Amino acid sequence: MSQIAFPPVDASILARRDAILAGLAAILPDDCVIADLVGRRAFETDALTAYRRLPLAVVLPRSSEEVARVMKFCRDSGVNIVPRGAGTSLSGGAIPQEDAIVLGLSKMSRILEINLADRYARVEAGVTNLAISEAVGPEGFFYAPDPSSQLACTIGGNIGMNSGGAHCLKYGVTTNNILGVRLVTLDGEIVEIGGPQLDAGGLDLLGLICGSEGQLGVVTEATVRLLRAAEGARPVLFGFDAAEDASQCVAAIIGAGIVPVAMEYMDRLAIEICENYAHAGYPLDVEAMLIVEVEGGNEEMAAELAKITAIARTHRVRTIRESMSAMESAQIWKGRKSAFGATGRVADYICMDGTVPTGRLPEALRRTGEICAAYGLRVANVFHAGDGNMHPLILYDVNDPAQQQKAEDAGMDVLKLCVELGGCLTGEHGVGIEKRDLMRRQFTEADLAQQMRVRAAFDPQWRLNPAKVFPLDGRAA
Amino acid sequence: MTVVDRRNDAPADEAEAAEVVRAARRDGIKLDIVGGGTRAGLGRPSEGAARLATARIAGIVFHEPAEMTISIRAGTPLGVVEEALAAHGQMLPFEPIDHRALYASRGEPTVGGLVAANASGPRRISAGAARDSLIGLRLVNGRGECVKSGGRVMKNVTGLDLVKLICGAHGTLGLVTEATFKLLPKPQSEATIVIRRLDDERAVAAMTRALGSPFGVSGAAALGAGMGREFPRTFLRVEGFAESVDYRAERLIALLADFGAKHALRGEESQRLWRAVRDAEFLAEPRGHAIWRVSLPPSKGPRFVARLGALALSHFYDWGGGLVWLASEPTEDAAAAVRAALAPLGGHATLVRAPDALRARVDVFEPLAPALARLTKGVKASFDPDGLFNFGRMVAGA
Repeated sequence: MSQIAFPPVDASILARRDAILAGLAAILPDDCVIADLVGRRAFETDALTAYRRLPLAVVLPRSSEEVARVMKFCRDSGVNIVPRGAGTSLSGGAIPQEDAIVLGLSKMSRILEINLADRYARVEAGVTNLAISEAVGPEGFFYAPDPSSQLACTIGGNIGMNSGGAHCLKYGVTTNNILGVRLVTLDGEIVEIGGPQLDAGGLDLLGLICGSEGQLGVVTEATVRLLRAAEGARPVLFGFDAAEDASQCVAAIIGAGIVPVAMEYMDRLAIEICENYAHAGYPLDVEAMLIVEVEGGNEEMAAELAKITAIARTHRVRTIRESMSAMESAQIWKGRKSAFGATGRVADYICMDGTVPTGRLPEALRRTGEICAAYGLRVANVFHAGDGNMHPLILYDVNDPAQQQKAEDAGMDVLKLCVELGGCLTGEHGVGIEKRDLMRRQFTEADLAQQMRVRAAFDPQWRLNPAKVFPLDGRAA
Repeated sequence: MTVVDRRNDAPADEAEAAEVVRAARRDGIKLDIVGGGTRAGLGRPSEGAARLATARIAGIVFHEPAEMTISIRAGTPLGVVEEALAAHGQMLPFEPIDHRALYASRGEPTVGGLVAANASGPRRISAGAARDSLIGLRLVNGRGECVKSGGRVMKNVTGLDLVKLICGAHGTLGLVTEATFKLLPKPQSEATIVIRRLDDERAVAAMTRALGSPFGVSGAAALGAGMGREFPRTFLRVEGFAESVDYRAERLIALLADFGAKHALRGEESQRLWRAVRDAEFLAEPRGHAIWRVSLPPSKGPRFVARLGALALSHFYDWGGGLVWLASEPTEDAAAAVRAALAPLGGHATLVRAPDALRARVDVFEPLAPALARLTKGVKASFDPDGLFNFGRMVAGA
C-alpha cells in the first residue's frame, strides 16, 4: 500500500528494451552497463526505502564524454534518465522507474585539482562530500556544507538537492559554496558554468542548477569553495524542562547579535534514541536539548560561550555541559549526526524537513506533536533550530501497511502546517517524489508554470528525472 | 511612450504593474525598468520605448529581527532599509556597492536595483553576494503574471531556485516587486590591518596568507600608490565582538609580520576605507576613463594586470586579489585588449562604466560560450517570451 503515485510506465520504451540495451552497450564499455536483474536491484530505491522501482538498465559512465553519449542516445531514442549519486536521498530523488535508465556517477569519483592559494577544489561529481574535507583537512581547510550523510553522499547529489547540514547557519548551504559546474545537457553538450572565481558572467545558471534535482542536466564535475577552518570549535549542551524555553533561548541568542556556527535542537525521544546509540552523554531527564557550537581561538570561544550561557540561564536552562576536549566534542556531534541511523534501529521512520520561520518554532513543534498523536504515532524531533529547518522523525512499522499510510498522512499534515506557518515543504532534502503532490500548497499555478517553463528550456521532452518535483497532472507540454 | 498610459508609468502595486505589463505585451511596447536610477549606466544601453518605475511599489513588508529576515518592496530606498536594520543592530550581509560615485548619478539606490545588479561589496569573500542572502522574491514576468520564488525562511529547496537566477539578471527576466533577505548582526567592532608598500604580487601573497588563516578575514583589498597615500597599501579587515576582533587583529599582525604588518585602523577610519573600496571611489576620476570589474582566481589578478601593461591606466584589488577594478581608455581597442588579456587566465570581465556608444558596440558582460548562450536564451524566453523587459541590456538584440 503506497500513497505516492508514479506516472504510468511508457510501454513503448519497455517494448524497445533489447534495442536500448544494445544501443547503450555500443556507446559504453561492458563494465559500465548493468542489465541483469540482480545488478539492477541495487538501484531500485534510495533512502526513501518504502518505495522501489526496477530500472530498465543502469549505466555507470567514467567521463563527461561518456555521460554526453548516454544523454544524446537517450534523447534520440526517447528514454527517461534518472541521475544518481550515492542514493542517499530521503525524498526519493534517485528512485527510478521501469521505463528509465539510472545514470550513476559512482565511477567518477576523482578529486581533480586542489588549489589552496585560490581556495577551491575541482572534483568529479561522484566524490563524496566528506572526501573533499578529508583531502584538505591536513592543511586546515574544509568544504563547508555537512549533511548528516556526508560520509556517503556525493557532491553531484548535494548539488542536485542543494544540501544543507548542521553548520549552514554560518557557512550557508551547497549553493553558497559551489563556484562552478560542468553540466552535460540532454543534447549531449558539455557546458562549463562558473569557474574558480567568485562571480560568473551572464545569468546565474549555477544558482538555478543547484537544487534542480537532476532535471536540467547531469553535473559531472564541480568547483567547490574551500574555507580555512577556525582555530577550534566547541559545542555546549543545554537541557531544558520545556520545549518552549529551548525555542525562546534560540531566538534570544540570535536577538543578542550572536550567530553560532550551529544550533541543533533535540526533543526527549530523540535524545533518548541517540544517547542509547552513541553514548554521547546527553541528559536523559530533560524535555529539550540544544547543541550550540561556537568557533575561534580558546579565549574567543570562552567569551562567546559565556554570553550564550548567560542567555540560556535567563531561559530556565537546567543542564549545562560545555565540551572540555576534542574527543568530547566529537562525541556530542556523533550523537546528533547519528540521529537518523539510531532511529532506524528502533523503528522504521519517515523524516520530514519542512522549514518554518524561527519565531513559529514553538507552535510548529506543539502542533507536530498533536498531529502525530492524533494518528497514534510517536515522533522524535531533531532539527536545525537556528534556521527553522525541522526534522520530525515519524516512527512506524513498515510491515504494517495501515501504519505506513498513517505515517505518510501525518508527514504530509506536518508539511502543510509548515507552509501554513509561513515556511516551506523542504529545507534541504528536496521535493523528489515525496512532496511533489504538495507543491500546490506552497506555489500558485503561475509559480509552478514559470518553474516548469524554465525546466523545459533544458529538457523540453521531460526525460530527466521526470517523475519528480512537479505534480504529475498539469505539466506543460 | 504614447501607448502605455503615462499614469501607469509608476504603478502603485504589483497588481497594477502586472496590468501595465499585459498592456505593453498586447501593444508590443518594450519596457525599461527604472528604480532609483543610480545604476542606469550598468549594462548595455537598453532600448525600451516606455518606462516602468518601481518608485511607488515601496515599503518594508516585514522585518523580523529575531528571525534575521526582512522583506522589502522593490522601490524602497536602500537608506530606509539600512536605517530600519540599524535600529536593531542588523545589516544586509553583502555590503552592496553604491554606484553613485562611479556614475556621478543622483537619487537613491533601491532594493530592486540592488537585486537586479546582484550588488555586493568587500564582504563578498566571507558573507557572499546579494544572491547568497536573497531568500525569496516576487516578480511580474513578461506574460504579466505575478510569480514568487523562495520564501521567508533561510533554508528552502522547494522547487527550482529562480531567486538566484533573477538576482543579477539586470531586470531582463521581469520586474522584481518584493525581495526577502536574510540578515546578519552588525559587527560590534572592526579592525583593519594596514601593510604598506607591497607590490601587486606581494600584496596578493599577503592577502592569500590572511585568507588562508583561521582568523575570519572579512575584507582584503590592495590599493595602488596615489590612492589616498603616495605608496601602495594592503588592507585586511576583521569584524565581530570587540574582544574577538582584538585577538584576531593581533594574530594577523603576527602572521603577516614579515610583510610589514604593524598597526590597524579602527572605527570610523576603517569604515570609511571600506566604503571607498566598496564603491571603487579611487577610480571615479577622471570621469572619461572606462571602468572594468574583473573576477578571477586571486593568484591570477596581478598577472592579468601585468599582461595589460600600459593599457591598465589605474587599478586596485578587492576580494584578496580575486576582484580587479580597472580603468582603461574608453575605446574598442582597449576593450578588446582587456578581454584578450583575461582569456588565457579564466575569469570574467564586466565593462561597468563607459559612454553609451561604446557599451552599445562592445560586449559589456563576458561573452558566453555558444551552448551557454543558447541555454540563457531559452531561460530568458521562459520568463519574457516577447523580450519586453530591458531589451538589449545584457545581450544585443535580446
